[in-house]
Amino acid sequence: MTQVDYTRAAKYFLLQDVWQGFKLGLKYFFAPKATLNYPHEKGPLSPRFRGEHALRRYPNGEERCIACKLCEAVCPAQAITIDAEPRDDGSRRTTRYDIDMTKCIYCGFCQEACPVDAIVEGPNFEFSTETREELYYDKEKLLENGDRWEAEIARNLELDAPYR
Amino acid sequence: MVEFFTQTNPGIVLLILGQCLLVLIPLLLALAFLMYADRKVWAAVQMRRGPNVVGAFGLLQSFADFLKYILKEIVVPAGADKAVFFLAPMIAFVLAVISWAVIPFNEGWVLADVNVAILYVFAVSSLEVYGVIMGGWASNSKYPFLGSLRSAAQMISYEVSIGLIIIGVIISTGSMNLSDIVRAQDGNAGLFNWYWVAHFPMLFLFFISALAETNRPPFDLPEAESELVAGYQVEYSSTPFLLFMIGELMAVVLMCALVSLLFLGGWLSPVPFLPDGVVWMTLKMAFCFFIFAMVKAITPRYRYDQLMRLGWKVFLPMSLGWVVIVSFLAKFEVAGGFWARWTMGV
Repeated sequence: MTQVDYTRAAKYFLLQDVWQGFKLGLKYFFAPKATLNYPHEKGPLSPRFRGEHALRRYPNGEERCIACKLCEAVCPAQAITIDAEPRDDGSRRTTRYDIDMTKCIYCGFCQEACPVDAIVEGPNFEFSTETREELYYDKEKLLENGDRWEAEIARNLELDAPYR
Repeated sequence: MVEFFTQTNPGIVLLILGQCLLVLIPLLLALAFLMYADRKVWAAVQMRRGPNVVGAFGLLQSFADFLKYILKEIVVPAGADKAVFFLAPMIAFVLAVISWAVIPFNEGWVLADVNVAILYVFAVSSLEVYGVIMGGWASNSKYPFLGSLRSAAQMISYEVSIGLIIIGVIISTGSMNLSDIVRAQDGNAGLFNWYWVAHFPMLFLFFISALAETNRPPFDLPEAESELVAGYQVEYSSTPFLLFMIGELMAVVLMCALVSLLFLGGWLSPVPFLPDGVVWMTLKMAFCFFIFAMVKAITPRYRYDQLMRLGWKVFLPMSLGWVVIVSFLAKFEVAGGFWARWTMGV
């Protein structure tokens, strides 16, 4: 004669686990939502957030990049391509600065390597495109990003400065 | 004018068609919002927001989905049996719709007041398995086929206990007419006169069997997405998929209607001093649907052997035992005919 576990049988037939689950379900039914209403609400971003790349300028409008190619060398995905030539005034500048955003792994090594804080990863993460070609960024696009996001980038660099 | 609709043949046909549309259109509209409610409840339990973009609070989400399904391309698998492939969703949809012919929403608000109403509903819901089987077979693909096989075994297993539960109710009423079943639950005690008291454990058995019968979680094995992708629906897209989906949801709402009619007193008011009416039927169905949605949100899926064990080794003996008990209670008119309503003159 096998022993019958009456407590367990009673719990089974009284649907105890269902009621408990139902209670828990109702508790969370009325709980505040954990999700954000995304395109209208956005979560907080760290000043160190590594998003879309940008090439910055000095306040007088001169581009910062001096074509040292450290970013190109350090880039583990080899997403950066740089060509350089002396400009008419004799300063060393890039003639070509391409980032293949489909190769980039957003490691942030380029901004770490940069001696003049020219290439940075800004706070923008909403730069999806409809074609692949649009993700092959050139110098013009990167400088434009820099102009567009300069205020946020400068603030983030300032906030992060004490920890460097 | 009245004569045209009651005496002449074209008039009668027009009248019946009009009545059908009068049931079908509100039903399909309600279905759109029930779909939305289902998703909202599910989302709320998971602390998500659910659809909230299309229309105010996302109320028009189902209509946007509808439009999407209609406009998408219909993909037919190369190895599919085309005739059966397209017949299956139509069968699933039509069978889900025709059951509503005998569902009374209020005193006299029924398309066909037939005396075998409950048998008819039961027969039609048994046929629904054909839509699933044909869909799975015609897809000519392994996951849909496995899904449809599971579905067939599952639906047949649980129909047995649903049938026995219904027999108890029929014994109590002495009629298979759904309107009569509701009338038999009328009385001075309001909601305590309904069959959920007289047939107490059967309410839960029926509800759980209804979950299995309509392939809802925790018994959604035919479309278990983690193992069978979507079961018999894998190869379906666009409008055929929409038909399957509407059919499935319609079957769920039908089960809500049946629970309301058989155990919760249909259109009867829960308290004696409030008038009976269609509003009670609607509220009861909405309540049942809420429970259906909650169950979907809180339960994990059963394993196949557990499903079969529950159906054959727990539900079948319990419902069979209840039929015997009710037969005795009705025969000897225990508690003044509480289980033999025909003796109470209702």
